Amino acid sequence: MKKVFSRTKSLRDADTHYCPGCGHGIAHRLIAEVIDELGVREKTIAVTPVGCAVVAYDYWNFDCVESAHGRGLAVATAIKRLHPDKIIFTYQGDGDLAAIGTAETIHAANRGENLTVVFINNTVYGMTGGQMAPTTLIGQKTTTTPQGRSARTEGYPLKISELLAQLPGVYSVERTYADSTQGIFKTKAAIKNAFKNQLENKGFSLVEVLSACPTYWNMPAAESLEWIKKTMSKEFPAGKIK
Amino acid sequence: MAHQKVLMSGNEAIAMAALDAGCGFYAGYPITPQNELIGYMAKHMPLSGGVFIQSESELSAINMVFGASAAGCRAMTSSSSPGISLMQEGISYIAGAELPAVIVNIMRAGPGLGNIWPAQSDYFQAVKGGGHGDYRCITLAPSSVQEAYDLTLSAFELADKYRIPVFILGDGMLGQMMEPLTVSGPGRPETRDQRPETKEWAASGCAGRKPNVVKSFYLNMGDLEKFNLKLQEKYKGIQAKEQLQETAYIDDARVILTAYGTMARIAKSAVEKLREKGKKAGLLRPITLWPFPRKIFNRLAVSDKQLTFLTVEMSYGQMVEDVQLAVEGKARVEFLGRSGGGIPSEEAIINKTLQLLKN
Repeated sequence: MKKVFSRTKSLRDADTHYCPGCGHGIAHRLIAEVIDELGVREKTIAVTPVGCAVVAYDYWNFDCVESAHGRGLAVATAIKRLHPDKIIFTYQGDGDLAAIGTAETIHAANRGENLTVVFINNTVYGMTGGQMAPTTLIGQKTTTTPQGRSARTEGYPLKISELLAQLPGVYSVERTYADSTQGIFKTKAAIKNAFKNQLENKGFSLVEVLSACPTYWNMPAAESLEWIKKTMSKEFPAGKIK
Repeated sequence: MAHQKVLMSGNEAIAMAALDAGCGFYAGYPITPQNELIGYMAKHMPLSGGVFIQSESELSAINMVFGASAAGCRAMTSSSSPGISLMQEGISYIAGAELPAVIVNIMRAGPGLGNIWPAQSDYFQAVKGGGHGDYRCITLAPSSVQEAYDLTLSAFELADKYRIPVFILGDGMLGQMMEPLTVSGPGRPETRDQRPETKEWAASGCAGRKPNVVKSFYLNMGDLEKFNLKLQEKYKGIQAKEQLQETAYIDDARVILTAYGTMARIAKSAVEKLREKGKKAGLLRPITLWPFPRKIFNRLAVSDKQLTFLTVEMSYGQMVEDVQLAVEGKARVEFLGRSGGGIPSEEAIINKTLQLLKN
């Protein structure tokens, strides 16, 4: 009998801790599938974030380094410079990459570090209980914007991907939605390209994945996916930014 | 290069020793009075086949060191007081992930921006933890350019042996001062192997083995406590084995001057002058500030002996607290200190010692 499916080698046999409907599991799996397809599991080193995905190393079956909140790209820079033949990627949330780690993000990008970044944008801080993130939409209610985010006091959603695309050191920036089968396929293709870029020494590549957080969006899972497509997409349009 | 005699500053000697010790990664951010160190690294690290990065902040520098060490490479950063404050988060993570790293603090006066003159007011920060959590850093205090070189070689050995962050705690005077030094290192090869040495726990790609995870997160309360107890056991071992000090004229001394680093140079000179006058003064210079050399203090401080320890610091009294703890009330402990750019003079030390010898 022909084998049509087998376990993704880059994933461990583990129960998920993520909430029902959370997008992290999808993103973890897509990265693992891409690494398997590229045949680079044994030379991959992931830099995991602080946030809900801190224990990504419990799911990924390759070397991982846990970074302090926001410092992922400083940690990854050093590893890649010392191991230019290895595949190094960071997995970072919106608070990690675009708030506390803004300086590390911009400077690693500006140095043109040959790294892959998977940036999960779900507009909230999940692990700490649904506070405002730099990407929270205007009017969106979070535990620290109980009346909804106001541009006057909290500023506007930070489009870090568009900002990074301005830097000459950045090779590729793409935004995708993990909201549907089609969106997931597009996300996988974008992640694969971002890894291929690194393999071909093309430089800094980032994929921003709009990802659902039903728990802190206070919505059922199915409605969260609709919200990505109908509401989040207006502020964060999908597509190749650079 | 081995056993060659050269003239250089403390900052340069530390940088050269790091390269001689096989340090393959350096990241740093400019700050006075340690700029010769980052300058030396920028020039010489690439020639040795290592990686030099001028980071966007000290925060980034220490996290680059975290990454380099996690990837199996001997790594170092350097800064001065305000920059070291900014690194404390990363140092705590390095301790928590049990990574070897060497951190050089060429101290200047604080608090705040303070000024760029030499000081010793970061003692507490270095030896008591500095960042969050129950951790320790081995802290070495050189008092000459030669010792800055030698202790930097030791720092890398200790960091690897115990998988612990190691501080070189100097001050602006030591960093800037030029002295002759004999290069005793193994001698640097013309070009270093580009591949960092691989350590079995390091994250360097899982070819032929199970994946490694470098982390400091233990969500389960019991797991963290178990890990912390393991760290404490390691620290006890270091305290038992690694205490270092220099002593002079202590056997019959009635007043023992206790000072480290640059301050100990002046204290030593004061002791020599006091001895010329027949005064019973001695010197005890801690070389390891953590582990603090408690054993020698314990041995000297006996209840029936009329002994005084005069602790002299370029601070308003930091190491003196460890001296008090070490003597356990069995000797008198006095203090003389200045900070903010001023240094206790030889004359002031002699006068204070003479006064203490009288009563």
